[in-house]
Amino acid sequence: MTTKRPARTEPLLWLLFTSGGLAAAMLLPVLMLLFGLVIPAGWVGAPTEAHLLAVARFPLTRIVLLVVFVLALCHWAHRFRYTLYDGLKLKHLSKLIVVVCYGGALAGSVFAAYVLIAGL
Amino acid sequence: MTTVRDTEVQPRPYKPPMSVFWWVHRRSYLLFVLRELTSVFIAWSVIFLLLMIRAVGKGDAEYRQFLNWAGEPWLLAINAITLVFVVFHTLTWFNLAPHAMVVRLRGQRVPQSWIAAAHYAGWVLISGLVAWLVFGW
Repeated sequence: MTTKRPARTEPLLWLLFTSGGLAAAMLLPVLMLLFGLVIPAGWVGAPTEAHLLAVARFPLTRIVLLVVFVLALCHWAHRFRYTLYDGLKLKHLSKLIVVVCYGGALAGSVFAAYVLIAGL
Repeated sequence: MTTVRDTEVQPRPYKPPMSVFWWVHRRSYLLFVLRELTSVFIAWSVIFLLLMIRAVGKGDAEYRQFLNWAGEPWLLAINAITLVFVVFHTLTWFNLAPHAMVVRLRGQRVPQSWIAAAHYAGWVLISGLVAWLVFGW
């Protein structure tokens, strides 16, 4: 029998997973509460577009949002990969799952960079 | 009696049959799978917020249109569920972090409850800061 050595990328992916988990835990609840629920439902007056644009254009906001979004996507990729392996018993599709998860996170990160740097 | 033929049969590893729904039968397994599923809602939150920021960058008309879309009942429902899962992620993450982190202060290990408290304090502070930035109070 051959025993497989863990891939060298595994510690890096794990680091991204944990930092993404922390970043998402800290920032996503308040952002989703405000922009996903409270503001669109009309429970509070919506902030003006000019105000949000000014806040979003502030360099520190762009950097923080980009870092948080990219890390959160890496967190998703790593966790969802193992959810598919164990939860849905799809270990035999390992290669496809790796491509879909990390490829998806990469595509999302490119989109985030585009929106936060070129789109504002 | 063992015949020669019997001993030539290659042993196959025993794989106990397991349903795809192995996790519904026990509460702890169900919570485990729900916790794992939070990642899907985290990814959705990122996409949704990026679409909103893109709309803000395109101008007032696009922003209004986005708010109307986000106000559709089905999307409000999805985002309400998303909020529940994202908060569930935060709570499970903060309860786990003290077990994974060993912080030493003057040679003494900082108690786990302090680390958890620091996480919750940071969460409250950051949430307040974001709300202040968004509404400009």
